[in-house]
Amino acid sequence: MNQSMSRRQFFSLAGVATIAGLGLAACSSASGTSGSTTSTSSSATSAASLSGSITAVGSTALQPLVEAAAEQFMTNNAGVQITVQGGGSGQGITQISQGAVQIGNSDVFAEEKLDNPSDASKLTDNKVAVVGMGPIVNSGVSVSDLTIDQLKSIFTGAVTNWKDLGGDDADIVVINRASGSGTRATFEKAVLGGDKVPETFTPQEQDSSGTVAKMIAETPNSISYLAFSFFDSNFKALSVGGVKPEAANVETNDWTIWAYEHMYTAASPDDVTQAFIDYMLSDDVQGSLVEQTGYISISGMKVSRDVNGTVTKL
Amino acid sequence: MANVTDKRGIERRGRILTGSAVALVVALVCTLIFMVCSHGLATFVTDGIPLGSFFGGTTWNPHQGDASGVPLVGALPMIAGSFSVTLLSCALSLPFALGASLFVVDVAPGFGKRVFRPMIELLVGIPSVVFGLVGLSVIVPWTRSWAGGTGYGILSSSIVLAFMILPTVTSLATDAIAAVPDSYRDGSFGLGCTRWQTIVHVEVPSAMPGILTAVIMGMTRAFGEALAVQMVIGNAAQMPQGLLTPAATLTSVLTMGMGNEAMGTVYNDVLWSLALVLLLMSLVFILLVHLVGRLGAARNG
Repeated sequence: MNQSMSRRQFFSLAGVATIAGLGLAACSSASGTSGSTTSTSSSATSAASLSGSITAVGSTALQPLVEAAAEQFMTNNAGVQITVQGGGSGQGITQISQGAVQIGNSDVFAEEKLDNPSDASKLTDNKVAVVGMGPIVNSGVSVSDLTIDQLKSIFTGAVTNWKDLGGDDADIVVINRASGSGTRATFEKAVLGGDKVPETFTPQEQDSSGTVAKMIAETPNSISYLAFSFFDSNFKALSVGGVKPEAANVETNDWTIWAYEHMYTAASPDDVTQAFIDYMLSDDVQGSLVEQTGYISISGMKVSRDVNGTVTKL
Repeated sequence: MANVTDKRGIERRGRILTGSAVALVVALVCTLIFMVCSHGLATFVTDGIPLGSFFGGTTWNPHQGDASGVPLVGALPMIAGSFSVTLLSCALSLPFALGASLFVVDVAPGFGKRVFRPMIELLVGIPSVVFGLVGLSVIVPWTRSWAGGTGYGILSSSIVLAFMILPTVTSLATDAIAAVPDSYRDGSFGLGCTRWQTIVHVEVPSAMPGILTAVIMGMTRAFGEALAVQMVIGNAAQMPQGLLTPAATLTSVLTMGMGNEAMGTVYNDVLWSLALVLLLMSLVFILLVHLVGRLGAARNG
């Protein structure tokens, strides 16, 4: 009896103490997510001129490019350790705003993600690539060119049958992207032009680009939209108003559905981070890696666009 | 004598080791609950969204406000969707689970133990994305071919989920039926009952609390499954209108949205509120399991 009492007391004491400790820790970092830290191996290397570690978090669309560039950068600078993580654009903006990471990757401007847009001024926006996006349909759909207005009528639910667009008599299966995803934001900005989707129109949604590609390939009469880099022969990419979804048309803004890929850093990043950003913008990356991974080089752009959508010729 | 103190030391060390393991688990659970609650309640406390419009609203479109600018965050379509797929998947898997358990307990115990049990447990180890992909490329086209529609919807996701919860329900139901004392069976056979009569009138009724527990554990798993459901349900945040139209569940909206929203924004907070609903539901399921267990114990004396 006596023993069981003391055991119980021990458990409760230990439990309370640990909960209190962890509870406090949780309070102080309640708004942060799993702040994964990188194991850096930079300490002992002295030969390289640069050393340190960088964590880049955010957009999954940008992840392959940053990963490829980071690999090359680390080969050239043995003392630098770069960790690239996904998590989505929202994560990227959150973590860089909180100073939890060195680089926040995002498909959209930070101003569009943050509750308080003035917080974005504390960050440095580095546009490292451009991504073109375009509407795709199942291979069985006979339509191969739509105007922006026709796209708008599909994605607001005004037109629900392919026959109204010159196709067969079949219901349109709209597969939208997750609300809040960078791809959807870009597409809606270019296509809806500020108009709202009526509440009664609730199409399917899917988050991952890979899954969307698979769904469009297999679902008859379906339509969605993807970044150019995900285009393949299992489905049909549409022209918009006679313009083909090609990099050259994005560079001149003839193809209007495109977005910058941003790598946000703190207002004054450390040397290693700045060096990596400079490398991302150098010809080593822009000339080759960007095109290889399916993006459009920032240096080839003949126009620029600001957060409000105003386009200026360069 | 030295030996005695040594043993005491070992005893104490063991107690500290096991005790801290318990403390760690308890602390982890408490921290998680605290985190989900603090974010989930922020929707109502900080962002000022009325409880009624969250639980009663049928329009989910956080990025679009209503006339007065309050985000449209009615969670009812997802709550209804979650319950629909959970109940339907249980209804689909229970007959198979029960039939299989009866077979391996009463008809072929040796086969059950050596072959069937390991086979069904193998299903548990298959990652849910595999179930999702199979659902996407096999079940969705199959449903579309005979039922029409797009194939995405409650029916397809319930079928996928039924496969996923089958191991849980089957192994627990098998345990429950195997736990029925042999004296019950012998008594029934002694009175001249056939095997079928014994199963229906003796075995299943006395194993009922265990079978119910199996069902509830299956429901808990189905309710919480995210990835596989998200791939086949279509994720249209509308009130379920039928088994063949796309719908959404709490988990599917949660997984799609979490990475896209910045922490601390109202869009992120409402997702945490969905997580809070999920947490509360699992709590209800756990309480149900305990209640059923206690009722069963009371009835069996």
